[in-house]
Amino acid sequence: MSGPSLMDSLFQRSLEDIIKGLRQQLIGEQAFISKALEEIRKEIKSTDLSTKSTALLKLSYLSNLHFHDLSFAAFHSLEVLSSPRFSHKKIAYHAISLSFHDSTPVLLLITNHLRKDLNSTNEFEVSLSLQCLSRIANVDLARDLTPEVFALLSSNKLYLRKRAVAVVLRVFEKYPDSVRVCFKRLVENLENSDPQILSAVVGVFSELACKDPRSYLPLAPEFYKILVDSKNNWISIKVLKIFSKLAPLERRLAKRVVEPICDLLRNTGAKSLLFECIRTVVTSLSEYESAVRLAVGKVREFLVDEDPNLKYLGLQALRIVAEKHLWAVSENKEVIIKSLSDADPNIKIESLRLVMAMVSEHNVSEISRVLVNYALKSDPVFCNEILGSILSTCSRNLYEIIVDFDWYVSLLGEMSRIPHCQTGEEIENQLIDIGLRVKDVRPELVRVARDLLIDPALLGNSFLHSVLSAAAWASGEYVEFSRNPLELMEALLQPRTSLLPSSIRTVYIQSAFKVLVFCLHTCFVRGGSIVPSASLNNLPAGVSASVSYESFDEFSVENGADASVVHGQTCASAPITKESIVNLLNLVELALGPLLGSYDVEVQERARNLLGFVDLTKPEVLNSAVQEKDDSEGKGVETSKIIKLMHDAFSKELGPVSLSAQGKVSLPDGLELKENLGDLEMICGDLEPPSSNAFSFGSSYEQKDGLSFSNLQIKEDSEQTNESTSLLAEHRKRHGLYYLPSGKSELVSNDYPPANDPTLQGDIDDNADNLVKITAESLVPKRKSNHGKPRPVVVKLDEVDEKHVAMKKPESRDDSLSGAVRDVLFGCEDAPPTLSQSNLSNKLSSKRKGKEKQHTDPHAESKENVIDDGNSSLRRKDHSHGKERRHRSPRKKNAEERKETNQKEKEKSRRHHGRHKSRQRAEEPLKVSAQTPVIPDFLL
Amino acid sequence: MIKAVMVMNTQGKTRLAKFYEYLPVEKQQELIRGVFAVLCSRAENVSNFIDAESIFGLDSRLVYKHFATLYFVFVFDSSENELAVLDLIQVFVETLDRCFKNVCELDVVFNYSKVHTILDVMIFGGQVVETSSSEIMKAVEEISKLEAASNSIALIPKSASGWRSR
Repeated sequence: MSGPSLMDSLFQRSLEDIIKGLRQQLIGEQAFISKALEEIRKEIKSTDLSTKSTALLKLSYLSNLHFHDLSFAAFHSLEVLSSPRFSHKKIAYHAISLSFHDSTPVLLLITNHLRKDLNSTNEFEVSLSLQCLSRIANVDLARDLTPEVFALLSSNKLYLRKRAVAVVLRVFEKYPDSVRVCFKRLVENLENSDPQILSAVVGVFSELACKDPRSYLPLAPEFYKILVDSKNNWISIKVLKIFSKLAPLERRLAKRVVEPICDLLRNTGAKSLLFECIRTVVTSLSEYESAVRLAVGKVREFLVDEDPNLKYLGLQALRIVAEKHLWAVSENKEVIIKSLSDADPNIKIESLRLVMAMVSEHNVSEISRVLVNYALKSDPVFCNEILGSILSTCSRNLYEIIVDFDWYVSLLGEMSRIPHCQTGEEIENQLIDIGLRVKDVRPELVRVARDLLIDPALLGNSFLHSVLSAAAWASGEYVEFSRNPLELMEALLQPRTSLLPSSIRTVYIQSAFKVLVFCLHTCFVRGGSIVPSASLNNLPAGVSASVSYESFDEFSVENGADASVVHGQTCASAPITKESIVNLLNLVELALGPLLGSYDVEVQERARNLLGFVDLTKPEVLNSAVQEKDDSEGKGVETSKIIKLMHDAFSKELGPVSLSAQGKVSLPDGLELKENLGDLEMICGDLEPPSSNAFSFGSSYEQKDGLSFSNLQIKEDSEQTNESTSLLAEHRKRHGLYYLPSGKSELVSNDYPPANDPTLQGDIDDNADNLVKITAESLVPKRKSNHGKPRPVVVKLDEVDEKHVAMKKPESRDDSLSGAVRDVLFGCEDAPPTLSQSNLSNKLSSKRKGKEKQHTDPHAESKENVIDDGNSSLRRKDHSHGKERRHRSPRKKNAEERKETNQKEKEKSRRHHGRHKSRQRAEEPLKVSAQTPVIPDFLL
Repeated sequence: MIKAVMVMNTQGKTRLAKFYEYLPVEKQQELIRGVFAVLCSRAENVSNFIDAESIFGLDSRLVYKHFATLYFVFVFDSSENELAVLDLIQVFVETLDRCFKNVCELDVVFNYSKVHTILDVMIFGGQVVETSSSEIMKAVEEISKLEAASNSIALIPKSASGWRSR
């Protein structure tokens, strides 16, 4: 028995041996460790406590620095703990605090060991035990050992007393009832003259006050005394932490502490304390103007300091100030802007945030311009940080700071071309969102999209694919604003599109479809006989379904390169002739032919749709090309009809859809949504085989029927559209309404400076100067005179996201803790916690004057409740305001969907109109309907 | 409170790890790696902060100091002052220096227990309880003496040692 044990202990490797072995790494670290672990497992079972404890120490080492689990040794740790020797105990406590947690099974067995050591006469044993308790205490341990901790709170050994104070934090948290026992003694320690004790107590209170400040308001006089008297920076910092939590709760308290804090601000030499004062002032005393001024003055000292830490913290403090006092930021703008090119990424990001805080409606374009230039020159991470913050700032609150959307859209286009740009998805979302919401920007959007699409180099950059997808969608959807649809078509069908992922290719194909339909329509239906746009202008728009025609003419005249041609060619730069149409059809066939065998069903299907359409129209087109132009009416009737149908299908606008829109559609009769369809499986069991290979590629079934099927589909779709279109038209006629007031933009000229203002593209240093100048100008609230153009309408949805986030309730544990604290502080244990809470602030003042505690004051209590109610309702309101969710309607346009969307949109737009002041072509019925309350009528 | 203290060398090897809340070892390793990945990418003479919220979750801050081959990293929450914690790192390193006479990485490597003892005297359950390096030294020396005393009786038979320690 003693033989092996002796051998074990004689030849046992010590921790030092292990460390040396690991450093030599003769057999590789992992192999060495597993060998050592094997030894340890054997040694730890030894009956000799020295062997056992050495094994445990080695295990702790491997666990702590090489991350090997030591939970298997939990019981062995307890065995070592029972050793009378201090060194063994120390090892055991170390292992326990590394590995024990609430669900360690042997946790129950440790109570007596801890109790024994807490009562030890050796202060270091007691301290080991306390330390362990502070790490592993659970409810049971906290409850069972409360008496010992209580006794130690008034220990005459400083070393123990401050540790007992610190352990109270964990004990309170785990077992709130211990407050009733210990709290009084804890508070007594607040009056202790020893700075070490005081530091520990104030530290504990600052932790407690973080969780529930209100409960500790009655202690404010004690804290105030410490604040004024303390000479120790640690203590002052902690007291300031407490006051920054208490001051917002009680105005009188804030008024009281602001002066001593300002004194500290002026007089302290310690940067840490100085920063804490600044932080306290800017977070909790921001309504005291003079204090804030003083603090901002100190912040400026931080900002110009050599130490990057101070600079960083200064910027952080400014960011807190910026919420309420923007002047503080603008006063320091030079430093902030210089910091944009600091070596430290933390400082760069902080200063970027501050620059973004300065952005307003008036300077957004200039600041963005300069920031984009910074982005071009900085490392990828910061570049994307810049782009991300531009995007999020500009889109905030539905683009509220953007006045000139043409500029913004071209900025988006430019940003996507920055080499490191990885924010493609956000740009994509915004491009589409703006296209849907802001009607006036569409011509510019199409121009930007075109520039992106025709550049073959961009197709190779995978970060840009989502931007290209948005560009393709926009140019298809708003093709009527395109100056050269033929060129667009070529761009959409260029060979390099094979580099795109298939999900984006489908968008390309679908857009090509739209462009093709548009070209055909322009050529054949409106074709040779171009209607002078003047006559169209006189027509009341919206009565007919051809809103887009009209706007098309307006914009093409306005934007066309060849404006001098009086209402001339709609496509001045590239007239669409029959010849070019034939070329176009050939191009489509050439480009999409190979895609019929694509492995992606979406791509294949869309290519098939488009080719089906081409097959349908091509013979007629060729015919009419051979014959004379004016004969097209006779021969091409069929074709024209199809083209017209398709065109109508595509010409309806898509709009944003509210998240709650679906809920507003009443359920049609006979539609069973809740029926259990379990039986269906049985019935459909026989039908399964065909459906399973419906997606098989190139199956003979598809090959044969695909074409005719798609034709059928197209016809069906267009018929449905037609129907819905006429319904829509009728509805509009009735209400004199159309979606979105168009207008104003044709009355003003494009007097904006071009987005790429060459004068602004200077060096990076120039940029800084520029930015300084710009922000300086912008902070003077004036309207720029050259804003001749009013801000275009941005469609917003009236529906507000009604989802309520459940109000966060404090955890029950905290509740009971603060309840207990209040009970102790007020000595009224029977009062329910809510009552005592509401009394707190009222009592504070009286208590501060040194009077005795009062009992419940029903009057004050009810007042408090009222305030509480007010607060909560306010919060609710805020909440509903803040969330105007939007939703992009799907790009896939089948007629059914569009019908629904349109109806909803009309509904929305009508309400929208009610609020809009910038209507120019308001007609009588519109005015009337704008004032009448909205009646939901989805089914016309 | 202080959430964690770590010391690692410039190769990313952990030299000390102390978490004041229980964390499984795998999680500890992940966090330390996360911190090191950021640390080693930072230049000299930049600020001593890194964004800890992405690694340690909300309401966490991190300051570090770089001495020779070692990084000293303290993670804490909003109830500590950043600059004060930086001072605390300084105190910790000064104490190590006094304790080991010109401390170097090897001292930290070979004195696992002692480094933990020093830290435990300074920080107790996440609360800073001692900020004076001479006070820390005093306590550490007494603890070491006690340990040595209890070890010196190791060769005396069990019954006797039990009697002695009582």
